[in-house]
Amino acid sequence: MLQIDLWKRLLIWTTVAVGLILAMPNTFYPRVEQHNDAVAAMELQGETPELLEQAAGWPSFLPSGLVNLGLDLRGGAHLLAEVQVDDVYAARLEALWPEVRDILRPERATIGTIRLQPSAADELRVRISQPENMARALELVRRLAQPVVSLTGALSNDLEVSADGSDIVVRLSEAEQIATDERTMLQSLEIIRRRIDEVGTREPTIQRQGSERILIQVPGIGSAAELKEIIGTTAQLTFQPVIGRGTDQNASPGVGNEILPSLDEGGIFYTLEQAPVVTGEELVDAQPAFDQNGRPAVNFRFNPTGARKFGDYTAANIGNPFAIVLDDEVISAPTIQSHIPGGSGIITGNFSVEESTQLAVLLRAGALPAGLEFLEERTIGPELGQDSIEAGRIATIIAFVAVLVFMGLSYGLFGIFANVALIVNIGLIFGLLSLIGATLTLPGIAGIVLTVGMAVDANVLIFERIREELKTAKGPARAIELGYEKALSAILDANITTFITAVILFVMGSGPVRGFAITLGLGILTSVFTAIFVTRLLIIMWFERRRPKTIEV
Amino acid sequence: MRLRLVKQGTNFDFFSRWKLWFGISAFLMALSFVSFFLQGLNYGIDFRGGTTIRTESAQPVDVGLYRDAIGVLGLGDVTISEVFDPTFGPEQNVAMVRIQAQEGEEAVSTAVIQQVEAALGEVVPDIQFVSVESVGPKVSGELIQTAAIAVVLAIGAVLIYIWLRFEWQFALGAVAALVHDVILTIGIFSELQIKFDLAIIAALLTIVGYSLNDTVVVFDRVRENLIKYKKKDLKEVLNISINETLSRTFMTSATTLLALIALFVLGGDVIRGFVFAMIWGVIVGTYSSIFVASAILLWLGVKRDWSKPTDTTGNQFSNVDA
Repeated sequence: MLQIDLWKRLLIWTTVAVGLILAMPNTFYPRVEQHNDAVAAMELQGETPELLEQAAGWPSFLPSGLVNLGLDLRGGAHLLAEVQVDDVYAARLEALWPEVRDILRPERATIGTIRLQPSAADELRVRISQPENMARALELVRRLAQPVVSLTGALSNDLEVSADGSDIVVRLSEAEQIATDERTMLQSLEIIRRRIDEVGTREPTIQRQGSERILIQVPGIGSAAELKEIIGTTAQLTFQPVIGRGTDQNASPGVGNEILPSLDEGGIFYTLEQAPVVTGEELVDAQPAFDQNGRPAVNFRFNPTGARKFGDYTAANIGNPFAIVLDDEVISAPTIQSHIPGGSGIITGNFSVEESTQLAVLLRAGALPAGLEFLEERTIGPELGQDSIEAGRIATIIAFVAVLVFMGLSYGLFGIFANVALIVNIGLIFGLLSLIGATLTLPGIAGIVLTVGMAVDANVLIFERIREELKTAKGPARAIELGYEKALSAILDANITTFITAVILFVMGSGPVRGFAITLGLGILTSVFTAIFVTRLLIIMWFERRRPKTIEV
Repeated sequence: MRLRLVKQGTNFDFFSRWKLWFGISAFLMALSFVSFFLQGLNYGIDFRGGTTIRTESAQPVDVGLYRDAIGVLGLGDVTISEVFDPTFGPEQNVAMVRIQAQEGEEAVSTAVIQQVEAALGEVVPDIQFVSVESVGPKVSGELIQTAAIAVVLAIGAVLIYIWLRFEWQFALGAVAALVHDVILTIGIFSELQIKFDLAIIAALLTIVGYSLNDTVVVFDRVRENLIKYKKKDLKEVLNISINETLSRTFMTSATTLLALIALFVLGGDVIRGFVFAMIWGVIVGTYSSIFVASAILLWLGVKRDWSKPTDTTGNQFSNVDA
């Protein structure tokens, strides 16, 4: 009657043991955190005695996953920024004007004078004095259009050229706008990430939200204003002549030169002339493209002054490499193939499509491509976070003890079984949170406290049912069995409905609310597991040993 | 000796005055509506936009002094309130300053925050700004929309689940109880003007979950007893079911309340509103699963012919009649 197979027993105990082992690092939080930080630092900078000592504070064969503390518990800054993707359209179209002028100029005999007209930000208007030959003008301008390159393949042209009276109107096509938006977002994310990484704080969150927003959370930073400043500073992009390439970081570069590391190739250093030929401030665009042989490449374009400097330099240095340097790291050092007069060029190399996309992103990463509008900003001081943790810890312990005592008083020995399950339950929640690297927030703590209160529900249902069955059933063993069996449907229904709301909270919520949904949802899973399997196993083990004739629940 | 919240074998008649209970619930809901439309909710910046600054200083908070210091900046509606909490130390004097979203500004203005911090720093030299939060009007509008959708979705999902697992009358009863709980919770937040922010939405959804938990347990027993007592009329079966589950209802409510009260008293002021909502929800949810959900079931009537073999009564989960 009352039986659980051996393999099931082992499975239950193993699950409990694994959960508790995973949860254990959290009881030594500061020590494990130091260990993890030291290990991460050694991966980046190599080993130092100090770091090794810190890493030794926690044995490496034990799990070292920790529950992340949310911003509201650790303190830090939170920003929600909206990227003004439209800014980029205007800049692109502005840069197009010289090209339109140059392509129309030889045909002035047929189309007359060419004049730029004031226009809305998302279009370029050029008036010609002989609109009767508009068709010819349109044909010429359309030649400027290029296929839109995206990871999914070329689909349509980037420009839409139309006539409006005597005006030629150039707009970015819809496909190009989407592609541009996407690029702008990727670039913005990349730039923000690079800049925050430079400050070197622990576990920053930089996430895209929706199509045009970026969520930035940095623990341990003084204020949101400080964070904004970090994001606002411009990274340096330069194009510098290459003198040599080697592996010695400490070689003497010579007067007016410098040695910089390569971004991708570890251990490779370039000797460069210090004075840049052109800087990133003069770059207006960079996009992934394909070269004549159909290999992935990156197209870039300078503004007029940049174009002149670049043209002169390339004319004089065909066959020489020059380096693209971002924040004192060499991104790539291609060889100049020919004189590049128009201010636009192509970087070829052994790229995959992803790499060329990435390089285009990096190339533009000097300056933020578009303005950021901050929709939400929060600063939480570390003291407040510490207070919240302290208050949460005390409240959880008191709640826990109160429930334990109450259950013991109400159900006697069976209450003790439920209490063991409850303790296991809390362990499992922390184990799961550590395993998935979830973030614990203040509402998340509330979720755990609520779980403490509600987790006993499944056991209460079972115990009440056993009491009822004791009145009618033939013996204690049968009553226990029936109690579990008949309470099951209520337990599952009740918990599935609560779980549904937890899932909806998780999907719809953000930040702290999401933290609450995670602990609530995990709490439901673990409490059902402990109530159905762990207490049952405990009760059966007790029953097998004692074989009581009567039981009191 | 066991602690018993409810003595064994109770036999209360919960439906002798069901019209009265209906009336009380309807009256309270009407009151909530009146309060909501007359006073409105005290929305936090999550939903209204604006800035809150939490200050802390060793010297006692003088709200008038703070108001004068900020008033000269001309920032429109500024609310200043002192925060009391048993967890604060003796040198810990906390105030919340709330500034409305600035006219015509979509984004959050750092300049405004710096002005306020400087002005306060002048009158209270040791003041610290332990948290500063700003939400632009654009986001706050979206947040309230998402929150409303979340609540509606949750209720909808539950309606469908219970419909599949039970019968449509059960689903209607459960959802009526949920709506009742949500309305009463919003009502008390409006009446007491407690700050209503994003966390409260989480609390609302938890209340939905809890209330449902309770209702489902009663319904599960009703379904079982409907098969067991084929001859008894519905009212009697409902009464038996509620009495049988009464002990469990009180036990679970008691443990949950114990935990929540500990959090309410000791958890700090930051989540006090959130915990209050849940305590209220547990009480209202327990009430509504008996006096709203079951009463509606009685009112609508249920199909009595559960054409299932009786020998599986205890384990209905294995035959989902979807």
